[in-house]
Amino acid sequence: MRNTRNRKTSGKSRIMIFVNGEPMEWEEGMTVRDIIDVKKYVFPLLAVWVDQVPVPRGEFGDTPVPDGSNVQIIHMISGG
Amino acid sequence: MEKMKVLAEWTYVPAKPFRGYTGKTLKVNVGDRTFESKDVSEEVKEKFTGGRGFGLKLLWDSVKDTTRWDDPENEIVISGGPLCGVTQYPGMGKFYAVFVSPLTDQTYDSNAGGHFGPLLKFAGFDAIEVQGKAEKDVIVLVDADEGKVQILESPFDDVNAYTVTEALHEYYGDPGDINDRRFISVVTAGKGAETSYWGCLNSSFWDSHRKLPRLKQAGRGGGGTILRDKKIAALVVKTHDLTGTANNPADLDTLTRLGAKLHKEIITLDAKQCRMRTAGTSHLNEIMNEYHLLPTMNYKFGQHPDAGKIHSTVYEKMFTQGIADGCWYGCTMACAKAVDGYTLKTGPWKGRKITVDGPEYETAAGMGPNVGVFDPEWTTEVNFYADHYGLDTISLGTGIAFVCECFELGLINKEDTNGLDLNFGNKDDIMELLHRLGEGKDEFALMVGKGIHRMKDLFADHFGADLDVMERIGMEGQGIEVSEYVPKESIAQWGGYFLTLKGPQHDEAWLIFMDRVNKQLPTFEDKAEALHYFPNFRTWFSLTGVCKLPWNDIEPADNATSYPPQEAAKVPEHVQNYVEVFNAVTGKNIDKEELILQSERVYNFQRVFQLRLGKGTRKYHNIPDRALGPVWADEWEAREEYYDNELKAIGVDPAGLSSQQKCDQLLKKRREQWEELVDAVYKRRGWDKNGIPTAEKLKALGMDLPEVLATVEKYAKPEDQW
Repeated sequence: MRNTRNRKTSGKSRIMIFVNGEPMEWEEGMTVRDIIDVKKYVFPLLAVWVDQVPVPRGEFGDTPVPDGSNVQIIHMISGG
Repeated sequence: MEKMKVLAEWTYVPAKPFRGYTGKTLKVNVGDRTFESKDVSEEVKEKFTGGRGFGLKLLWDSVKDTTRWDDPENEIVISGGPLCGVTQYPGMGKFYAVFVSPLTDQTYDSNAGGHFGPLLKFAGFDAIEVQGKAEKDVIVLVDADEGKVQILESPFDDVNAYTVTEALHEYYGDPGDINDRRFISVVTAGKGAETSYWGCLNSSFWDSHRKLPRLKQAGRGGGGTILRDKKIAALVVKTHDLTGTANNPADLDTLTRLGAKLHKEIITLDAKQCRMRTAGTSHLNEIMNEYHLLPTMNYKFGQHPDAGKIHSTVYEKMFTQGIADGCWYGCTMACAKAVDGYTLKTGPWKGRKITVDGPEYETAAGMGPNVGVFDPEWTTEVNFYADHYGLDTISLGTGIAFVCECFELGLINKEDTNGLDLNFGNKDDIMELLHRLGEGKDEFALMVGKGIHRMKDLFADHFGADLDVMERIGMEGQGIEVSEYVPKESIAQWGGYFLTLKGPQHDEAWLIFMDRVNKQLPTFEDKAEALHYFPNFRTWFSLTGVCKLPWNDIEPADNATSYPPQEAAKVPEHVQNYVEVFNAVTGKNIDKEELILQSERVYNFQRVFQLRLGKGTRKYHNIPDRALGPVWADEWEAREEYYDNELKAIGVDPAGLSSQQKCDQLLKKRREQWEELVDAVYKRRGWDKNGIPTAEKLKALGMDLPEVLATVEKYAKPEDQW
């Protein structure tokens, strides 16, 4: 699992991706897992789409998020 | 126990369930000691489905427009529904109790696991209505083995739940086979239910592994208060006609196939998902804390540094592992966790070693952080005594949290509380208040037990407390306490709690993640759509006798990758399972749209029922300030950056404003948003501006029954039409 806090950020940070419609800084090499860690999403039933492509739960740490992506991280609890 | 005296008896031939229904209901009047069995017509099945629907229909036919909770004609109606008792598919042992509530003065429905619902059906009845008031304490027995229903003189001086339940399982069980007691189930309340309005109904099941009865609760709304007002110490059902196919389903193969699929899913995936099989619902403790949703100190805050002390791993260690903990047969979810060998430290049973169910999330949060306590052992002890005394742990938690804040604000003092120091976190004195509630003698405890809605007036009248302040911080709606989630940051959840039929309970819609985190409901119309779909989908569980948890506390491995986000949140495969299970049991042929229609019929009927009882209009859909946003400066300052941004988002510059001024500005805007939400939801539900279902809507649903339309016509006004 990547640790975003310790990761070197050699590149220039820019507001280049959207997570659930809100802007977020993108960094070189960023994965779905990095976003989840930064957002502190601890709920286990997360469903993720990167540019409308679903990402299996077991592949969050290996799935890169390209610059300019539209990411949806959905907490799968609703209705009680 | 000595032989109990029979006061009245009625004999019957138990009807066998066919395709989920017995086609019979039972009415017992403990006042005039009469019995009656009624047939269930096809029309009633069509319009009301079962469970809560049957309960509401039977109650409607039995009460008057003026009936209040303690009138003899008020009833407790208990009904499981057509899927209740299914053993092939997980989570199908629920009953729903319906009554006119002492807290809300309108109908309430509350559900419980345990074996009473299934055994009642297998004893021959789709529902039992209990009416009237006995002169002295009685037991009501439905004995299908002997084909008799009896009213018996109660031998119990101590009516508390564990005392009565243990004795009756022993009394009616075969003395030569302790596990024969599994053919019995008992519904009780307790001493605390007699004098408070927070009385719960405890429903028992015999745990053959532990060899003792355990209790599940229809906690909310005051059903236990009514049971004790009728001087009923217990309802007992007994039948040996208990098999895995006792519902006589239309298509057992399909039922078995669907069940096997979900069993496999739960066993394979639960450990990676919600860990219900080991931690129960306590896994929510840390999740709610992370998202600022854990009610802390009367919902002032949603997060606390000590929350780690109540982490689910702490509870997991307390719960006995490796035992099948389903509260009905065939439930692999097995979330009915228990703490065994706990030695009580306080109260009338101090020093006794007991087994206690839970605590589940609601209890862990309510009688935990919400009263400023982060001690799982203390919460476990509270859980035991609350069940024993017959008190709803949710109203208890939220109610005492309100008392603590009143105490800390100086609205009440130690003299008023008869010597109790009720600051947040004062474990000893809060525990003492619980025991005083259970005993029902202390004047202050008697006020507390009437619930926040009445406490506000009582504290103002007796102690001169500021009514306006209490209105702002008292977390109740329609007369009943809010359950244990902080709703203030989600507009949709304002509706999920406060635009409900019966008051703020999370069994209609829990939309906080969808709305606030996922950003899936950006417009008021989107929120209204969710506040149409989810309450109706959830209602369906109450019509059929089904537990909500196996719907979305477990999900298929490919759920998140097989559907677009908006659909995936509904767990479509599980919804389809319910459609097919319903068809497999009943032999009918519904689809997922008809499923929602089944619910909508009853949902709107119940709304009209509230109207008939003098409620059910817009003015009763009120919301306190604390549910809308931060009320006091310290709430703002706990999340200053977040709230400053909230203010900026509505066009207000926080610079130069005091924290209290910021709170007031934000609340003013949110109050406007609340009104906008109410309008959007009423429109989507087919209700007029005053929250009354329109005649057109009722006709479209096939619920244009003459008495229903007459009620609507009596209250609907031309100026309230859109």
